[in-house]
Amino acid sequence: MINIRSVNKVYGEGPNAVTALRDINLEVPQGGIYGVVGRSGAGKSTLIRCVNMLETPTSGQVLVDGQDLTQLDEQGLRLARHQIGMIFQHFNLLSSRTVYDNIALPLELMKADSAQIKAAVEPLLELTGLTDKVDHYPSQLSGGQKQRVAIARALATKPKVLLSDEATSALDPHTTRSILELLKNINRELGITILLITHEMEVVKRICDRVALISDGSLIEEDEVGHFFTHPTTALGHEFVETALSQPLPEGLEDRLHANKAPSRRPVIRLTFSGDSVQAPLITQLARQFSVDVSILQAQVEHIQSQVLGRLLAELSGSDEAIAQAMTHLESQPVRLEVLGYVQPV
Amino acid sequence: MSSLSETLSSLSMLATPEQLLQATGETLYMVVVSALISTALGLPLGVLLHVTRKDQFMSRPRLNRVLGAFTNIGRSVPYIILMVSILPLTRFLVGSSIGTNAAIVSLTLSAIPFVARLIEGALNEVPPGLIEAAQAMGAKPMQIITKVLVPEALPGIFNSLTVTVVTLISYSAMAGAVAGGGLGALGINYGYQRFDGMTMLVTVIILVALVQLLQSVGDALVRRVDHR
Ligand SMILES: Nc1ncnc2c1ncn2[C@@H]1O[C@H](COP(=O)(O)OP(=O)(O)OP(=O)(O)O)[C@@H](O)[C@H]1O
Ligand SMILES: [Mg+2]
Repeated sequence: MINIRSVNKVYGEGPNAVTALRDINLEVPQGGIYGVVGRSGAGKSTLIRCVNMLETPTSGQVLVDGQDLTQLDEQGLRLARHQIGMIFQHFNLLSSRTVYDNIALPLELMKADSAQIKAAVEPLLELTGLTDKVDHYPSQLSGGQKQRVAIARALATKPKVLLSDEATSALDPHTTRSILELLKNINRELGITILLITHEMEVVKRICDRVALISDGSLIEEDEVGHFFTHPTTALGHEFVETALSQPLPEGLEDRLHANKAPSRRPVIRLTFSGDSVQAPLITQLARQFSVDVSILQAQVEHIQSQVLGRLLAELSGSDEAIAQAMTHLESQPVRLEVLGYVQPV
Repeated sequence: MSSLSETLSSLSMLATPEQLLQATGETLYMVVVSALISTALGLPLGVLLHVTRKDQFMSRPRLNRVLGAFTNIGRSVPYIILMVSILPLTRFLVGSSIGTNAAIVSLTLSAIPFVARLIEGALNEVPPGLIEAAQAMGAKPMQIITKVLVPEALPGIFNSLTVTVVTLISYSAMAGAVAGGGLGALGINYGYQRFDGMTMLVTVIILVALVQLLQSVGDALVRRVDHR
């Protein structure tokens, strides 16, 4: 649905030039929810703004529904933009218009008459749960309600694509969840393709099917979300996954952990399971085959899309040889093994 | 009204209540007409000054600099100098260089750049995100101006117009004193030239009341359109 091909974006010229995007290639499938993550300044906003040409790429193509937006004249671009809704971190609602009139704005711009506007706006009020707020002004609404209005407004022209630039970043966790639920509903019920950018892995975890990671203007990782969480390939990917999944270590463990191995110390490991490996009887295997005892320090199960993701923090005890064998075995299994350090038995 | 004119007649004042009433009418006439014309011309100029800026959606930096320069010149010429230096133009436009119509020409001309700059300032307060949202919806430049920029800046625009009207009241007194007509002329004629302090005082009181009234009306309008 959205095809980004070899897109580069350079702001400014000469010595002050900033390269915001470097040779980005990305494909958002029809009907999907696609997340782009990255640190601040990575180029996320620039990327999403290239999709509706709020920023013109310095080179490359942007295809939405098969149409290359970089080739359009102003009029063609305006028409194409009716097919692309957008929501923003700070909502960008008109303070001078009521909820109803805000949602009606894109239709007014298309010269729809008031009957057409009414027919389009009312179901959207219903969908976004704003029916009792029609005559309110944005200043009378909470952040979550404002974003709902913005979503309804973005959907008014029945677009095929919805772009979201940090739409939940200004909201508290509870409101964030309800907005994400709404986006998911819209995606399912209206079949709209959603491209969203965020710096919160929580957002990706909750609603995205695929995710791309950009760093310093380059796309460094791209994957199906369940797989990304279990098998990030880059250091930054690891870091992002970690921020989404990490729980604080059990009380006191941090202080007892040593970075180095020593004869009497036992390894503390973290296993990350996913998919079928969740069911595998790994722990009993370790005990039976290798005579290694496993004491579980912490366990966690996450549901990411249809995937189940398990994380286990455990201390291994047994002979050095047995532990070495057990570790080799674990490495051959479809789980991710990390050694956090070593502890002296108490 | 009759009791007011009785009170006025009982003051030891050389000007008659009828003269005061007429002068007030003339002042209002000068202010209203010049405010209307200068708004009609200053509003588009202010919009143009805003939207042609380098970072705006109708960016025309050259045009912007030219318009800005003209506006600044208009703003920096002292009113009294402007008034006398455009006398030929005034005569050409209204057929006379004295009277309220003559005053309106110079009042309007000096108010246009004033209005334009104030309105430009009001438009600068509109968050750029709103313009972007409109662009993302496929709005044409003219639609952005009429449906987003101006409505969103309306409280600021009404504030600017109130300031303009109040300023025009005091300038009209100055214009009237030179060109003839209005409360300013009356105050100068009686108060300064005939040493009638009471007439001077009453004209000043009427001017103060007018300013208060128009300011309140302006504030009420701003409150009505301000939903921020
Ligand atoms: N209009 C602009 N002019 C010049 N440089 C810009 C402009 N917009 C963005 N940049 C630069 O491009 C780079 C990418 O910015 P961008 O806003 O896309 O980052 P981001 O990933 O969205 O960051 P954040 O999470 O902070 O919003 C940054 O180095 C930024 O300074
Ligand atoms: Mg950003």
